[in-house]
Amino acid sequence: MPHIEVNNDFAGIRGLMAFRPETAEPLAALAEVLLRDNEGLTRGERELIATRVSYLNDCFYCHNSHGELACLYLDGDRDLVDQVRKDYRHAAISDKLKALLTIASKVQQSGKAVQPEDIAAARQAGATDKDIHDTVLIAAAFCLFNRYVDGLGATTPTDLSTYPARARQVAERGYGSHIYSTAQPVR
Amino acid sequence: MAHIDLGNDLPGIRGPMAYRPETAKPLNELAEALLRDDNNTLSRGERELIGTYVSSLNDCFFCQNVHGSLAQHYLECDMSYIDAIKANPAATVLSDKLKALLSIAASVQKGGRSVTTGQIEKARTLGATDREIHDTVLIAAAFCMYNRYVDGLATWAPQDRQFYVDRAPRRAAEGYLDYDLHK
Repeated sequence: MPHIEVNNDFAGIRGLMAFRPETAEPLAALAEVLLRDNEGLTRGERELIATRVSYLNDCFYCHNSHGELACLYLDGDRDLVDQVRKDYRHAAISDKLKALLTIASKVQQSGKAVQPEDIAAARQAGATDKDIHDTVLIAAAFCLFNRYVDGLGATTPTDLSTYPARARQVAERGYGSHIYSTAQPVR
Repeated sequence: MAHIDLGNDLPGIRGPMAYRPETAKPLNELAEALLRDDNNTLSRGERELIGTYVSSLNDCFFCQNVHGSLAQHYLECDMSYIDAIKANPAATVLSDKLKALLSIAASVQKGGRSVTTGQIEKARTLGATDREIHDTVLIAAAFCMYNRYVDGLATWAPQDRQFYVDRAPRRAAEGYLDYDLHK
C-alpha cells in the first residue's frame, strides 16, 4: 500500500501520476524525450540504461517495467536484458554502450563519481557528446523516478506476467498522459 | 570545464539546458510545478528549502546556492540561517512539520526505500497532508536528478556565493518557465 492515499489502483508511478497530474505532465514529457528520441542512441539502448540504473537503485517496479520495454525493442532477448542489469561488462552489447553504462552506473552513485577517463573511454568507443549528455540525464532521471516510486511506497505488482502489457502500451503510444488517465492494459 | 562541449559558457544547469532545449523544457516545467506554483499549501520558501537541503546532502554546490538563495529570498532571512538548516534542521526554529518533511527528504536522498512508515506517520501527526508528503518526496527525488545532471556533466559554478543571492529576486519574479537562459 502506498504511504499516501492515491485514490486509484494503478501500478507503480502511474498511480502517483494520476494523484498529481500537474507534476505528471513534465515527468512524462521528460521520459518521452529521453527514452523515445531516435537520434543517436536507440530506444532499446535508452531503456537498457534506465533498467540498469533502476536495478542499482533496487526499484523493482522500474527495473522490471523498463527491462520489459528494452526486451520488446531487443526482439524478446530477456537474457540479454538481465545480463545488462547484473553484469553488463560481459553482455553481448557494443563497447560504446558498455562505456555509457559505466557512466550511468557512476551517476547512480553521485554526479561527482563520473571521471574524465569515463568520458574519454565512451568517446573512444564512438559515443558523441549528445550520447553522453543523454546517458547522464537518463541515469539522473531514474534516480528521480526510482525514489519517487519507492519513496511513496507505490503499488508494485509482484507478478511479472503483468508487466508486458504495460510495456507494449508504452512502446506503441509513448509516455503520454494515457498511461495514468485511461483504463490500464491487462494483457 | 564540462565533460562535453556544451557550446556555451553558462554556469551550472543552464549550460546543458541551453545545449539540449528538448529536455530543458520538461525539466523547467517540473521545477515550476514543484517549487513555484502557488496552488500549494507548502510555501515557495519551504519548497525551495527542501530542494536546498537535498542539494546540500548531495554536495552540489551550484544547486544548493541557487535554491538556498531563493529560499533566503522567500523566507526573508539571511544565508547563515539557510546554512544552519543545511547543517542540522532539527536544531533550528523551523516548524515541527517542516522538520518532519525534511527528515523524509533526507531519507529519499539516500534511497526511496529508506523512507519509513514511522516518518510518514510522524509528518501526518504534525499536520502534513498527503499532497504535502507527495510533493516533499518528489522535490527530494527531483533534486537527486538535477544535482546529478549538474555534477555528472562537470558544469562550472561561480564560487562567490553573493552571485546566487543577487540573482534570486529575478528567478523568483520570472519563474522557471520561459526565462532567458543566457541572462
